[in-house]
Amino acid sequence: METIIENELVKELANKHGRTRESLIPILQDLVVNNRFLSKQDMVDVARELDLSAADVYGTATFYTFLDTEPRGKYIIRICKTISCAMKGKNEILSTIEEILKLNLGETTPDRKFSLLETNCIGWCHKAPAMLINDTPYTELTPEKVTEILREYIKK
Amino acid sequence: MSDKHVKRVDLIFEKIKCRDVLKKIIDMEPEAICQEVLDSDLKGRGGAGFPTGLKWRFTSKEKDPIKYVVCNADEGEPGTFKDREILDQVPGKVFCGMAIAGRAVGAKMGYVYLRGEYKFLIPKLNEELIKFHRTMDEFNQNFRIQICLGSGAYICGEESALFESIEGKRGEPRNKPPYPTTSGLFGKPTVINNVETLVHTVMIMKYGAAHFKELGTKDSRGSKVFSVSGDTPKAGIFELELGMSVDEFVQEFGDGDTKAVQVGGASGFCVPRKKFDETIIGFEGVPTGGSMKLFNSTRSMYNVLHNYLDFFTEESCGQCTPCRVGCQQLLKGVEAVKRGDKNSKYLDELVKLAKTMKRASKCGLGQSVGNAFGSIVENFKEEIIY
Repeated sequence: METIIENELVKELANKHGRTRESLIPILQDLVVNNRFLSKQDMVDVARELDLSAADVYGTATFYTFLDTEPRGKYIIRICKTISCAMKGKNEILSTIEEILKLNLGETTPDRKFSLLETNCIGWCHKAPAMLINDTPYTELTPEKVTEILREYIKK
Repeated sequence: MSDKHVKRVDLIFEKIKCRDVLKKIIDMEPEAICQEVLDSDLKGRGGAGFPTGLKWRFTSKEKDPIKYVVCNADEGEPGTFKDREILDQVPGKVFCGMAIAGRAVGAKMGYVYLRGEYKFLIPKLNEELIKFHRTMDEFNQNFRIQICLGSGAYICGEESALFESIEGKRGEPRNKPPYPTTSGLFGKPTVINNVETLVHTVMIMKYGAAHFKELGTKDSRGSKVFSVSGDTPKAGIFELELGMSVDEFVQEFGDGDTKAVQVGGASGFCVPRKKFDETIIGFEGVPTGGSMKLFNSTRSMYNVLHNYLDFFTEESCGQCTPCRVGCQQLLKGVEAVKRGDKNSKYLDELVKLAKTMKRASKCGLGQSVGNAFGSIVENFKEEIIY
């Protein structure tokens, strides 16, 4: 017989948000905050806890860009690639980060500290170029400024 | 040069005592509130421009004992950032607007759907929400608000997709009808308004419909918060009277070399220099949720178009074929023309495809891809081909 290992975090989040369908996304969001991504096992456990099919949970999770289903770093850098930021030097910021962290767009550092991604408009067009590191926006970026910001995160 | 000028307004960000407005509306009949908003001719500030008073009246007429008010704070249109600023500076006014809508239609529960990119606002909003609920208690009102967070899907700004998302599902738009006023969130009659629209209703209840109508034109009453970005020395957020021409706007915000203005974001229209004077920014001309992007002569309009198509290809929910396949084909198509693999006549085929998308797509996303596509291809054909 299959032994079910209790997923304490999933249980705790279901207790917090509830076990109805509308609790699903808040639970998945909190799992991403905790683990930086949704593992297959976590999605299966959420499905069991909420009495949904695992496919349904997976289907919902993969619809949303911020509900990552691939392992990400502790700090997820999302650089805005939409027109205003693209016009105001997004590529230069991107290559500066790639150089400092020694990783390419879409990758995570081997120590799982940083992931580097692009994202669509984050609502800071008047202060382009902009990026998010986890939930924090950084705007009016220059190579110097982004170097300084990353230095702080590397120290953390 | 025209001697008219752009008029600044300060209503949305005006610091007011919301509890005075709340006190006033609690004593009013719901029907009177709907009528005041109807009289103002306020149209939705999210972009689609549906008359707010009508939305409220339709919902108020529904017999269902459970109704909802939803604040659409899923501001994702490229070039729009006014709602973030409103939520940051005057969150109490947003909640106040929701309470007014709740009173008008008979809803006891409100939801704010905040885009995931604005999660940093949550602590501030929660703090303000506690104050709001305290005021409601004081006035013996049982209207309550909950904040829901999005997770990076542009399509969830479409109202029915937004409901699906709050309900815990993929943010796929529903078929319409039924409209939200009869069957919205959890299948219940729902008023869904943009952040700015709700704040306008607060000011209408405070100063009256007549005051609101003093500004603007017959088709576009009042003022509007604009998000200005691109090639401009004055990027930022500006509340302006509606009814100005693109020319007047460019005189105020341009850098002296403006060749095009994209009004209404990626799903809006591109206005070229030769049409600045004749084009009114508003529902009689080019409507906008607030996004105003200026491009000067150093910019390649091919790059602009490519950026937009790339955006739509990623953000299309994939549910209906015209949008899912159409976005991809438009993107591949302009790339092929640019490379020289297809001749310039092929652009006409692509314009036809964009028109098909407008007619056949299920929701506003697929229906509006053709706006930017058609207007950029028509006015800057040579930049796409060469």
